[in-house]
Amino acid sequence: MRDSIKTGRVRSAWRWSANHVFTLLAVGSTVLVLAPLVAIFIYLLYKGASSLNWAFFTQIPKPVGESGGGMANAIVGSGIILAIASAIGIPIGIAGGVYLSEYGRGRMLANAVRFTADVLNGVPSIVMGISVYALIVLKAKHFSGYSGGVALGIMMIPTVIRTTEEMLLTVPSAIREAALGLGVPAWRAVVSVSLKTASPGIITGCMLAFARVAGETAPLLFTAFGNAFWSTNPNQPMAALPLQIYVYAISPYDDWHRLAWAGALVLIAMIMVSVSLVRYVASRGILKGAS
Amino acid sequence: MGVGIRVTNLNAWYGDNHTLQDINLHMPANNATALIGPSGCGKSTFVRCLNRMHETNPIARATGSVMMGDLDIYKDASPVEVRRRVGMVFQRPNPFPTMSIYDNVASGLRLNGFRNRRVLDEVVERSLRSAALWDEVKDDLKRKSGASISGGQQQRLCIARALAVDPEVLLMDEPASALDPVSTSKIEDLIFQLKSQYTIVIVTHNMQQAARVAENTGFFLNGKMIEFAATHKIFTNPTDKRTEDYITGRFG
Repeated sequence: MRDSIKTGRVRSAWRWSANHVFTLLAVGSTVLVLAPLVAIFIYLLYKGASSLNWAFFTQIPKPVGESGGGMANAIVGSGIILAIASAIGIPIGIAGGVYLSEYGRGRMLANAVRFTADVLNGVPSIVMGISVYALIVLKAKHFSGYSGGVALGIMMIPTVIRTTEEMLLTVPSAIREAALGLGVPAWRAVVSVSLKTASPGIITGCMLAFARVAGETAPLLFTAFGNAFWSTNPNQPMAALPLQIYVYAISPYDDWHRLAWAGALVLIAMIMVSVSLVRYVASRGILKGAS
Repeated sequence: MGVGIRVTNLNAWYGDNHTLQDINLHMPANNATALIGPSGCGKSTFVRCLNRMHETNPIARATGSVMMGDLDIYKDASPVEVRRRVGMVFQRPNPFPTMSIYDNVASGLRLNGFRNRRVLDEVVERSLRSAALWDEVKDDLKRKSGASISGGQQQRLCIARALAVDPEVLLMDEPASALDPVSTSKIEDLIFQLKSQYTIVIVTHNMQQAARVAENTGFFLNGKMIEFAATHKIFTNPTDKRTEDYITGRFG
């Protein structure tokens, strides 16, 4: 009797410590994951915030040798290029994901598409830049903002396609059948019921893809090319934040280094703001108690 | 108004599995017909053939004829047209989680392109009243998600949703099996009332339920319909030995 109580105590002490060790491990890992992000942000603030001023957002770069100037053209350029990329990558990606999950289950074509998307996801971004250079820039005989948008748009497709597929697969078939059972045409059931039910996850996937390509430099080197002047015409070479940061960071001038830090800070802030904004807008339509 | 359903030589397969074999029966208009039998006997497949939901599974197929009134649903109509005339209520409540209570009921009409607000308001109220849910949800119609109410309410919401498109036939695949006794008796009362306007086919594992709500009962076993007769006859004086064994609980 006494023995069993004793072992009971030992066991519960063991359980207590095991429980706490694992909780600690989980919390520790979370902190470890968050630490680099926080560190980068703090470092960027420390290095870049002092160079942020009104001129940074309103002026274009000054010629070599003059101090001051800003990255207004690159901020606008990045916005335009990313808008083009999203306009290409998100619709194609979502449509592809719908095909994979709703129509193509078990078909050869679907397996091929899924495999291609996974490979495409692994293609180095510089290769994407060269491919678009060969396919579009060489044909057009000049660099252009839209070719940069196309390169980034293609890079968005695999992430969007796969998250759309995964999220649609989590929609219970009972919900699909409920729609079909009401005499709703299949396409309408997909758009208004399946996609809508899966939309929070799909939006997250799109934002992930967006954030990933927003900081890409390599695909833009041979496509958008960069521009030291105002350029809002997508058919002309266009400035972009990552390109500008790249050029300034490898330059020999201290003033440009400072601007590069400020540019990096602005780039990260832009990504964070746009992602949060989309999430906020998307979450407003969701009703009480909806899962 | 409901229509009668006449099924002739209905066969159904899942891949190589012959799940329904030569089913013949006639379900009169504005009656409730109960289908009983052990799990896997083909009852669910049978009701899914009545609104062509069976064929949404790529490996499934069916042959034979199902007449609803004058309409042969496998020859004269597309699956979408059939499902507009035949409402279905599933085993587990499946309201659309992203839609409000109102939008759930209106969904059948809206998703088919119907937009007239005043008519929608009327249809939603009438359907929720028919499903005996109106008084419980009328204050939260557009505020609460269809998934936020209780399971029994969700199932009545699904019935309201099916009624809103004004079907002639209502298929119910074990509509109360996931519900508590109170909700179950509400659903049964409802079936009793709805019979006057719709032809109802209900699959159930609960034999008392079949006895309470249905005029006719069919007994399925291993993909065949063993016996189809007036409910009181099936339960008091079945013709087939296997039916008797099943309802007396000797197997299944």
